[in-house]
Amino acid sequence: MAIGVKVVARPSGIAQDMYVSAVVKGLGVTMRHFFENLFGKKHIVTVQYPEERAVYPKRYRGLHRLMTRDDGSVRCVACMCCPTACPAHCITIVAEETGNGAEKRPAIFEIDELRCVVCGLCVEACPCDAIRMDTGIHAPPVEHRGDAVLGKLDLLAHTGKSEAHQGGLGGEWRGAPPVRTG
Amino acid sequence: MGALVIVIPLALFFVLGLVATLIFGWVIPALGGDPNAWYGALIKTAFILLGFVLPLASVLTWMERKQSALMQDRIGPNRASVGGVRAFGLMHFVADALKMLFKEDFVPAKANKFLFGLAPVLAIAPVLITFAIIPWGGGVCPGRLSETLTDETLATCLETGARFQVVHLEVGLLFYFAIASLAVYGTTLAGWASYNKFSLLGGLRASSQMMSYEVTMGMAILGAFLVYGSLEPATIVMAQGSNPLHWGIVTQPLGFILFFVAAIAETKRTPFDLPEGEPELIGYFVEYSGMRFGMFFLAEFMEVIFTAAVVATVFFGGWQLPGLHAGGFLGTAMPHWLVASLGFVVFAFKTFVLCWFQLMIRWTLPRFRPDQLMRLGWKQLLPLSIANILITAAVVLALMPTGGK
Repeated sequence: MAIGVKVVARPSGIAQDMYVSAVVKGLGVTMRHFFENLFGKKHIVTVQYPEERAVYPKRYRGLHRLMTRDDGSVRCVACMCCPTACPAHCITIVAEETGNGAEKRPAIFEIDELRCVVCGLCVEACPCDAIRMDTGIHAPPVEHRGDAVLGKLDLLAHTGKSEAHQGGLGGEWRGAPPVRTG
Repeated sequence: MGALVIVIPLALFFVLGLVATLIFGWVIPALGGDPNAWYGALIKTAFILLGFVLPLASVLTWMERKQSALMQDRIGPNRASVGGVRAFGLMHFVADALKMLFKEDFVPAKANKFLFGLAPVLAIAPVLITFAIIPWGGGVCPGRLSETLTDETLATCLETGARFQVVHLEVGLLFYFAIASLAVYGTTLAGWASYNKFSLLGGLRASSQMMSYEVTMGMAILGAFLVYGSLEPATIVMAQGSNPLHWGIVTQPLGFILFFVAAIAETKRTPFDLPEGEPELIGYFVEYSGMRFGMFFLAEFMEVIFTAAVVATVFFGGWQLPGLHAGGFLGTAMPHWLVASLGFVVFAFKTFVLCWFQLMIRWTLPRFRPDQLMRLGWKQLLPLSIANILITAAVVLALMPTGGK
């Protein structure tokens, strides 16, 4: 037996056949927009790109950055949480001893920005706030694929481009006014 | 910017009208010539085509982009600049023209070279020719430019004066139908000569569509012929007078709608752009490049202007404006040169607004399906236009003072 097909009645009748009411309604909409945009209130949504930039939302996820401690050393402890959480397997970490016997640190920390799906799970996974995606930078066009693989120093260099509020805005971030720091 | 859209065209049209008035009312008679002789007709042709139609067609390419942008809440093209002057994107049609002139003129290997070259000419020539019958003003009385005339003196003077119309044909609009139907050869031959299946399909669609809608177009305007008793555009305009209640739009509302729809179908633009439906065929001019494509493109815009001009002439009183008469505007007396120039302004502005309205329709409605197109043409518009003729004929007969005897 064939699958059930529900036949929907098509609207018919003289008014439908003559297209008149639909044409008048459509012209009404387009004319309203035309005249309002020409003479009065503007609805225009165009952003004239090189001169104007769209304002990104506060929580826009751009390129990653690695955070530093107050003494300038990298905050990452090479715990492997972010490469584990990463669904795109774009993070490579090779750990090394710090020498003070307490912690590890990354000898190599690479993110392949071409593989990154910008999901932000690495940021969620990080137990010590070492990785963030708050730079607001687009992935830049590259000539060779290798150029899109950012190393530890590249990621550390993104520090300072952030607009993030150190320590966050807490639970009130939705209502808080935009804060520009960094 | 809003008010400029109205003021600038009005000012330009006035300058054009003044130029025409001076050439035909003063320069040619002062040189001892006859404005209605063959050289007068030649100057009139140059004036209407080079002064009005071609510039307006170029501006329409800009208008189409800007208007569609405003309708869709965009800004539209504004980047082309000459020496930093952007002028709201007006430079784009200059850029377009340059691009088309310098692009490679490509002819497909297996195309019929002769017909391939002939098709764009056949598409553009009929449109240019049909402008000959359009009266763009009431005419001018040579040698009496500074006098204030009355309607009667102007009428007698115009028997021999300079008509603002290239040819004064008694068959008038029949000539238009005869010539306009030749345009179908351009599109069909373009489709056939390209040796491309898609352009052939486009050409076939164009020919079937244009033939179908020509019938309705002729039938729809017959009502206006009956009401005004003439086929001659200038005579139709005179018969309508300056009272809008006597214009074709009031006496022939159904005829107006039918004619307008059929005429838009003739221009092959959305919602009737099946011959060039981009997602399906791209159209009869797929294989054309450079200025040969530009000729099809230009022909399309000139058809828009011509449709607007004919509708303005037959249904909107041509150069007539309520209150404007040979002696001036309402109670204000005006010299003849001003009245003659204003006639052109009125006609040109009506044409301009109707072009705008056609662009409005083009950017509002989606495309028909071929079967819907044929159904609309043959089963809806044609019976309606025949009914319109019958009813108009009955009413005209009943209103005749002689009772039809």
